[in-house]
Amino acid sequence: MATQIVMPQLGESVIEGKVSRWLKQEGDAVKQYEPILEVETDKVTTEVTAADSGTLLQILVAEGLVVKAGTPLAVIGQPGEAVPVGAGLVPTQTGHAVAAPQMATVGAGLVSAQAAAPRVSPVVAKIAAEYNVDVSQVHGTSEGGRVTKKDILAFVENQSQVAGRKEELPPWEQPGTGDLFKPTEEVYAPTPAAVPQPSTLHAPPSTALPGDELMPLSSMRRSIGEHMVRSKTVSPHVTTVFEVDMSRVVAHREANKAAFERDGARLTFTPYFVAASVVALKAYPQVNSSFTDEGLLLHKQINIGVAVSLGEEGLIVPVIKGADGMSLLGLAREVSDLAERARNKQLKPDDVVGSTFTITNHGISGSLFATPIINQPNVGILGVGAIQKRVVVLGDAIAIRPMVYIGLTFDHRVLDGASADWFVAKIKEALEKWA
Amino acid sequence: MTTTSLAAETDISAGITPDRLLDMYYKMLLSRRLDERMWVLHRQGKIAFHISGLGQEGAQVGAAFALKPGFDFVHPYYRDMALVISLGVTPRELMLAVYGKQGEPSSGARQMPAHYGSRKLNIVSGSSPVATQVPQAAGIAFGELYKRKVGLAAPDAELPVVLTCLGEGSTSQGDFHEALTWAGVYKLPLVVMVENNLYAISVPINKQSAVTDVADRACAYGVVGVSVDGNDCVATYTVMKEAVERARSGGGTTLLEAKTYRPVPHSSDDDDRSYRTREEVEGWKKKDPILRAQVFLMEQGILNERLSQEYDERIAAEVDDANKFAEEQPSPEVEWGMGPVYA
Amino acid sequence: MAEMTLIDAIRQAMDEELARDKRVFIVGEDVGPRGGVFRATMGLHAKYGGDRVVDSPLAELSIIAIGIGAALDGLHPICEIQFADFIHPAFNQIVNEAAKLTYRSGGTWNVPMTIRAPYGGGISGGLYHSQSLEALFAHVPGLKIVIPSNPYDAKGLLKSAVREPNPVLFFEPKKGYRLIKGDVPDGDYTVPIGPAKVTREGADLSVFTYGMMHFYCLQAAEEVAKEDVSVEVVDLRTILPVDKQTILESVKKTSKALIVHEDTLTMGYGAEVAAIIAGEALEYLDGPVMRLGGPDVPAVPFSHPLQDWFMPNPKKIAEAIRKLARY
Repeated sequence: MATQIVMPQLGESVIEGKVSRWLKQEGDAVKQYEPILEVETDKVTTEVTAADSGTLLQILVAEGLVVKAGTPLAVIGQPGEAVPVGAGLVPTQTGHAVAAPQMATVGAGLVSAQAAAPRVSPVVAKIAAEYNVDVSQVHGTSEGGRVTKKDILAFVENQSQVAGRKEELPPWEQPGTGDLFKPTEEVYAPTPAAVPQPSTLHAPPSTALPGDELMPLSSMRRSIGEHMVRSKTVSPHVTTVFEVDMSRVVAHREANKAAFERDGARLTFTPYFVAASVVALKAYPQVNSSFTDEGLLLHKQINIGVAVSLGEEGLIVPVIKGADGMSLLGLAREVSDLAERARNKQLKPDDVVGSTFTITNHGISGSLFATPIINQPNVGILGVGAIQKRVVVLGDAIAIRPMVYIGLTFDHRVLDGASADWFVAKIKEALEKWA
Repeated sequence: MTTTSLAAETDISAGITPDRLLDMYYKMLLSRRLDERMWVLHRQGKIAFHISGLGQEGAQVGAAFALKPGFDFVHPYYRDMALVISLGVTPRELMLAVYGKQGEPSSGARQMPAHYGSRKLNIVSGSSPVATQVPQAAGIAFGELYKRKVGLAAPDAELPVVLTCLGEGSTSQGDFHEALTWAGVYKLPLVVMVENNLYAISVPINKQSAVTDVADRACAYGVVGVSVDGNDCVATYTVMKEAVERARSGGGTTLLEAKTYRPVPHSSDDDDRSYRTREEVEGWKKKDPILRAQVFLMEQGILNERLSQEYDERIAAEVDDANKFAEEQPSPEVEWGMGPVYA
Repeated sequence: MAEMTLIDAIRQAMDEELARDKRVFIVGEDVGPRGGVFRATMGLHAKYGGDRVVDSPLAELSIIAIGIGAALDGLHPICEIQFADFIHPAFNQIVNEAAKLTYRSGGTWNVPMTIRAPYGGGISGGLYHSQSLEALFAHVPGLKIVIPSNPYDAKGLLKSAVREPNPVLFFEPKKGYRLIKGDVPDGDYTVPIGPAKVTREGADLSVFTYGMMHFYCLQAAEEVAKEDVSVEVVDLRTILPVDKQTILESVKKTSKALIVHEDTLTMGYGAEVAAIIAGEALEYLDGPVMRLGGPDVPAVPFSHPLQDWFMPNPKKIAEAIRKLARY
């Protein structure tokens, strides 16, 4: 089965790269781990190696072109294998179907351009002679794949950059950065995005005004940004809001706070929302799921992510694993332990993965209701607002009750208004009937 | 070929059969290809760290072949990949170490890679502070002599030899000096092999020592000092064999200096452009130990194109297998960080 | 059973261990014919020979490293460092190697080694013959640290240390070598490494201490008993691992805690004990957790009055007890 080679993400903030040189031609045999092309950014030049052995069936992106990380660059397969173009193309290692972008037709254009002798205009011939360029190696952008003056100048420019570097040096002959040890987060290459993404943090043209100060983005801020953009791109977000009477919860908390304290747990309102969510998730298991192209993946475990603010630095979402197996006391302990460790930067990598549903308590900072962004790959996020005493109407009488707005922001691919509302209604019921 | 082949006076009838020579060649090349693959993996961002033994395979394999694996003791240092491969450490085990995966045998991935250790192969677990292994190795040698003196072992039971290796930079540490002091006084069954590759990270040997030939320091301790071309695996084997005989027969310690070179940077993120020239590196590449071994074996009719090709293919397969294996292993459970603190 | 001094008990322990197990040997400076500069090994060289009581070169790093190597080879070396103050050249080998070998080899290699060193002041030794180092090493997981205060414990604990499969630092209060006497049974017995011991029961205040200071704390306790202050004295004995249970039980009983050591106060071992008590027995405290230690100067000065100013003694300890008792 044909597999693709895609443009790697060459650095944490690097979302595109230039195909600087193909080391293999179409029709060449390639071996797993063999370098097949060189790619370049302004920071790093690296070889891209073949993930599998086979034959390089098709080059999709020509030298000199800059493409986004995740863009298919070539197809490797068995000789003579048909290379499907378009939605049927199977990407490497991602499990998501990727429609081959327009590059495929460009690639096809390149193949035919190489098959026939190219039409060379006088100026192109002159430049080719001057720089000793084989025009058939140059990618033509004009009609029918003709090499234009611009094309050959770009090629020459690229070649001189390539020649300026050392030719094909193996990694042990290319020096490193010189810092023998770096923070671990910078040491491993980030895994390329599961679905090729449009430019995420690509800044629009400069909006700088005199006197502006540029505050560099921390890596936490960048990665929050990337996650948020991606989440919005992937899931159609809809929010439904309910109002909940928290009287019984408030009373329960007052009555039990001291006892919980003695057992080593600070009893805030969060454990109640977690417990109520668990009830609702059990009743409506399709909310405890993740969307995949093959179908809705219903999770057996109920792992609740609880967003913790880290002040100006950002936020992090530690996960209560197996929340359905915990009593209120257990949840209270877990919540305060995770929050504490989050603030002291003592969370382990395992603590922040594996959530099946997320709760964000935006009410802590005063917000009444909000429309948070789904924590992928969940299909819903519960936003909890500030608990405020409000005047409500009970029967025909006016009463004062502690009320809270809870909003479910959900993925409309999975839930509709009705099913989302049933879910939230269940949470409301669990809270309002708390005993 | 412009390469220098192995010592003309190499007597291949003096104990090294053609089969063993081929085995030495295979092990050097296997180590080399594994080493190269680890550099690639680091540049791909798949492993955090690699410290290479590239270029020093001749000295290490030559020395290892003169030992009895699992009987003699070895307390190596971090460049000794070819040495430990020759003793029986497998490519899969080495790959587990660079990936830091569960099941890594030296340390359960608690240590950085290249911190070798194996109870069954008598490879003592090593650390990062340099030269600490040398007096410990002396201690093991002392222990083995002790056992025979007090009746814990038969007095004529064959004496295990302890080999410890270090770079020439580490000979500046007090540990080296104190170890050799004991070695001389007690005539320990010890071989201290200094793999003199001319650089301690960036510091060249002339800033490390006023003595150019490390072996010359031996007389200060009353031990035997020998220098050898470390890029000649057969010559190294020969002097190592003599040192082992000397140790086993009660003749005491040898300070064995294997002269070699480090054509690669100190470790995966070092930048060696700031402290040496490309010309120097290129010059030494011509004396590469594997290249020289290949030429020698071909001249002797022991190796031919077909066999060489076969080795290349087998080695490539072993490297790929080890790589794939390690990549697929899980990371260690977090609980592994908790202990064992005490035995 | 016989009455003997602290140093005699230590010697007897080594004698019996050398006789019991051929894997045990002694190595250090002047331990051979000289019998050690405190005569801790007197007579042992004559009895067991120079192969088992080994005079080392003047190189502390190597005393320890050779010991590590021998231990890796399956032997049980007793490494003597002539004065704890001279252990520093071997710090790297102790902390980076001996303490970490088990952990870093996943338990496949271990170091059954004992390091004995006389420590503590009050013998006109000045800066470099009086240091207390237990706090430095107590911070290193992988080590065990033992400080006996009396001959019975010294013999039993040293035997346990020799048999322990891990590196044990055995610090001997040198001022007490001949000053402290006690009854010691003949023959083989061990005192386990780990448990502390309540050596004097009391109701009003707990004093936690070890080494030479234990001797003084008992004297101070007797003194304040005349003033109706009932002091419980706990001899910690094992510095690492900490016997939290005994400490906390005593605090729960008396509700006041004073820790006494001769080491300088800041970052001394008392800080750890105090933190444990404050963290885990807060509800039982009837007063602040107090520590008495040496002043925060680089080391014990030589001149007699300066040394006296530095060292805790029964009078200073009694004063500290009274102050806490009054709270």
